[in-house]
Amino acid sequence: MAAVRTSSEVALNRAAIVAVLVATLIFLAPIYWIASTAFKPKELAVSVPPTVLFQPEVTPFIRLFTKRVQMQKPVDPQVYEAAPWWEKRIYDGGERVLKVGKDVQLSQYPNRFMNSLIVAVISTVLAVGMGTFTAYGFSRFKVAGEADLLFFILSTRMLPPVVVAIPMFLMYRMVGLNDSHIGLIILYVAFNLSFSVWLMKGFMDEIPKEYEEAALVDGYTRMQAFFKIVLPEAATGIAATAVFCFITAWNEYAFALIMTNRRAQTAPPFIPSQIGSGLPDWTTIAAGTFLFLLPVAIFTFLLRNHLLRGVTFGAIRK
Amino acid sequence: MASVALTHLDPASRAAARGWSDLTIRNLFIIPTLVFLIIFNIFPLIYSLGYSFTNFAANRSEPWQFVGLQNYRELLSDDHIWSNFIITAKYVIVSVAGQMIVGFGLALLLNRSFPMKGLITTLLLLPMMMSAAVVGLFWQLLYSPSWGPINYVFGLGDFAWLSNPDSALYAVAITDIWMWSPFVMLLSLAGLSAVPQHLYEAAAIDRAGWWYTFTRITLPLVSPILLIALIFRTMEAFKTFDIAYTMTTQPTAELIAIRLYKQAFQQWDTGKSCALAYIVLIMVLAITNLYVKYLNKVKER
Repeated sequence: MAAVRTSSEVALNRAAIVAVLVATLIFLAPIYWIASTAFKPKELAVSVPPTVLFQPEVTPFIRLFTKRVQMQKPVDPQVYEAAPWWEKRIYDGGERVLKVGKDVQLSQYPNRFMNSLIVAVISTVLAVGMGTFTAYGFSRFKVAGEADLLFFILSTRMLPPVVVAIPMFLMYRMVGLNDSHIGLIILYVAFNLSFSVWLMKGFMDEIPKEYEEAALVDGYTRMQAFFKIVLPEAATGIAATAVFCFITAWNEYAFALIMTNRRAQTAPPFIPSQIGSGLPDWTTIAAGTFLFLLPVAIFTFLLRNHLLRGVTFGAIRK
Repeated sequence: MASVALTHLDPASRAAARGWSDLTIRNLFIIPTLVFLIIFNIFPLIYSLGYSFTNFAANRSEPWQFVGLQNYRELLSDDHIWSNFIITAKYVIVSVAGQMIVGFGLALLLNRSFPMKGLITTLLLLPMMMSAAVVGLFWQLLYSPSWGPINYVFGLGDFAWLSNPDSALYAVAITDIWMWSPFVMLLSLAGLSAVPQHLYEAAAIDRAGWWYTFTRITLPLVSPILLIALIFRTMEAFKTFDIAYTMTTQPTAELIAIRLYKQAFQQWDTGKSCALAYIVLIMVLAITNLYVKYLNKVKER
């Protein structure tokens, strides 16, 4: 379009771009605050006025991963000299790392992080796997009452977690699935399955039927055509759906809070539980939050062209 | 049914006779998902419907009794529950209105070409991808009356956003607006980019003013997608649990989902909480129905 632009239009355009930049800074400020607090010395996290620029350090991450106690008396200089660099940081803060023999005791964080990873990865694989088959079924075959079935499937996604959690808690208690990975995985599959069906159906609808027809004429069975023609064509869609399901499971809070407490607890209910009483150590909390948010931030960039589709259940594609 | 496939394949042909029939494949692909959802979503709901007519308490072993509609009667005449619903309504209105205004405003600003537009748009979308519980927790530090950067920047002294009964709910709503305006922005951008450029050119030739062009061309063409965003965010805001639960313990910010959680898992009033869950469920399903209806409408265009 080669429109002639007046000087006032140019000025307006510039003002809009400046406004966008300002808005972006405001939106990113809380995220910057999390990331920067994770690298601050303890006293700068709660300084007045708030500290924006500082010498970054990794001590909060060392504290995040270790079990520590307050020291009663200063550390023996010989022990201090012999300690590795990261342990010195803990001594500098007036604490010492708890050990069993020579083994450093880890905090609960790595365990909770692993629980999040296990539950999110397994539930994603199951939800996307089932969702892909079902989406193909709805996309290619006549199904009686298709619109109603699809509405039923979507409506399961809209159920408030706490509403579903009450009966599920009672049922899990009967069969001993409370505080187990499997219990949480089942809930997340049920929650993500509808999303995966809807999103994958959009991707399946975009693959021309002629591809399979040609394969069928060439002597493939329909199953062969599905695995050898359709699935490779749908690879991008499957990957995008998987990342969305992963993020949802990774971020989920209510089910995890209600269904788990020790063995299978994931990071979202664990991180707030660290606040406890007294003065919270915000740098350690920020370090935990930072590591927890990092995968999602990376995935958001990988997904950027599919976000619209994802948040509208595949209805709006662009 | 001779053939269930949409691909037109002569059922008598050699190709159709190979392998499993289309009917078998269709059932094999669809039925497990439906069965799974029925077992893990519908069955629990039937189970809790049963309990909603009892005085069952999950932390006690004594047998429960059938109490008929008593739970529902008590809930509907309980002022506490009504105040939870009113708090939720306030929260939904403030937070969704804020998201619509900020989100659509951002989309209007972004709807032009400039360097690094893609990067900036993606950066703006970051908040909505993150865990509400964990990010909400961190806003406690941002709002802190002693060392929070928000009070420092705006010169609010020691105003305690989250422990002041009058402001706690709105502080949570502000965080929610920060998180979810990007969602409205994303949808609005799609709507704005779908407005045919020639309409704007025609308006420019007619020397139509900015406001006229906005209200007569932009808004009507974007409104269906804005409506989708509005209904979806209303539904989600109504269900809000995590962000409010991790940010504040103020009773004035006790949303209905938090009330439900406390009744079920802190007071262990299981029967009654099942009844409350049903009241909430019916409301959510009504909004969901509306949402899907409009989603299909937009899809058809």
